[in-house]
Amino acid sequence: MNDEPRAEELLRAVERFLEREVVGRLEGVPKFHARVAANVVAMVAREIETQDEHLRGEWDRLTELLGDDVTWPSAREAQLGGLRERNETLSERIRSGDADTEPFRTEVLTHLRRTIDDKMVVSRPPRQKG
Amino acid sequence: MPALDAQKMTERLRAFVAAHTELPEAAVQISDLRRLAGGSSRETWSLDVEFDRAGRGVGPGRLELVMRRDPPGRVGDGDRGLEFRVVRAAHSCGVPAPRVHWCCTDLDVIGTPFYLMDRLPGEALPRRLLREDRYAKTRDRMTAQLAEIAVQIHRVPLDHEDLVGLPRLRPGASPAQVELDRVAAAVPELAAEPHPALVLAERWLQARLPEAHRTTLVHGDYRVGNVLFDEEGVTSVLDWELCKIGDPVEDLGWLCTHAWRFGSDKPVGGIGSREELLAAYAAAGGGEVDPAHLLFWEALGSFKVALVFIQQSWVYRSGAVPSLELASLGRRTAEAEQELVRLMEESP
Repeated sequence: MNDEPRAEELLRAVERFLEREVVGRLEGVPKFHARVAANVVAMVAREIETQDEHLRGEWDRLTELLGDDVTWPSAREAQLGGLRERNETLSERIRSGDADTEPFRTEVLTHLRRTIDDKMVVSRPPRQKG
Repeated sequence: MPALDAQKMTERLRAFVAAHTELPEAAVQISDLRRLAGGSSRETWSLDVEFDRAGRGVGPGRLELVMRRDPPGRVGDGDRGLEFRVVRAAHSCGVPAPRVHWCCTDLDVIGTPFYLMDRLPGEALPRRLLREDRYAKTRDRMTAQLAEIAVQIHRVPLDHEDLVGLPRLRPGASPAQVELDRVAAAVPELAAEPHPALVLAERWLQARLPEAHRTTLVHGDYRVGNVLFDEEGVTSVLDWELCKIGDPVEDLGWLCTHAWRFGSDKPVGGIGSREELLAAYAAAGGGEVDPAHLLFWEALGSFKVALVFIQQSWVYRSGAVPSLELASLGRRTAEAEQELVRLMEESP
């Protein structure tokens, strides 16, 4: 186990440093890239903070949609691999026309909207309103 | 060929311009050659040329020019010669496009193909258009102007001698089907993760495939970010490298695509409504466009935006360009997916 601060706290420190100490001292392209760097470390911090909840939510919704009963793996790599595989399965079902009709269509759209909203919480594009 | 410095490039351009104007090099001066910001797929450079006497196609005097060229190492991506001829065709038909002068596809001159055109005054940044008071009149006018200019582009005769090299669609092929197939096939080739939202969008689009009532010249990247404007309105349409022959409604749909609204609610580049756009297009002689036809191309636009973000992330992951900006863009795919899901929820 590592000592404090936690990874996301260290990233927030880098973000603050870039924004307060670096961006203001640069001009033009380097200034733009420093700002991108600050956004990227903040994005990674948000990903670390929300990943458990987001991955588990996507997994549980996929379980409901696909009607299977795969156990939630404990290792992160297995979680990501499992999600990739089950998203392929969902894609296959969409390709075969299952989501062309109700009620599956609305169920799939609701799941996709929630999954994408979670991705947006992490990526938080600067232009997004609200 | 190693990259040339500005001085060497100035000398080469001077010899090139002298040859094309049938003047001795001593009669041609080139000054202030410098690279302009922006443009990752094409470089743009600014330069001034002074002729001390009349030559072929030029009087004595000064030309303020822009050079557009492939970045070194990216040769073969598109065809500068064809782009040059398309801009010349559009300009000759009265479309507000830059007047082009000379094109060079010989790599021995400056290392990459390039062409030279007039440097036009005007603002290019959509954020300024959306926010600054001095562009209030431009904001009011631009939707109708863009519709009228689209009609002019779509009227350029396809048998124009400068359009001979443009790829033609197979007889009977649907431009919408061709474009949808291209985009949908590229996503799984480049994306590391499955995108069920894009698979669903493909089916949704496939079920709404419009029939093109006519095929015309299509700008191919027609959006507010690719025009110059001043306090009176649009002054010029730029960035013709994606020009093709296809369904004219594609240009109108791309103009309405969500990614170009910059946080505003108004569909046409953040400044106008679809109704206003279609009414002005019809009034200028472009014909009636079914709103469902427009919606198809607008939604396919968001699908293409998703592909562009996936592509940029792929370029980074492939190791070809170690750019922090490219690395971060892959995460923006979600924005285009969110818009597509919204459209699919709205229009079952």
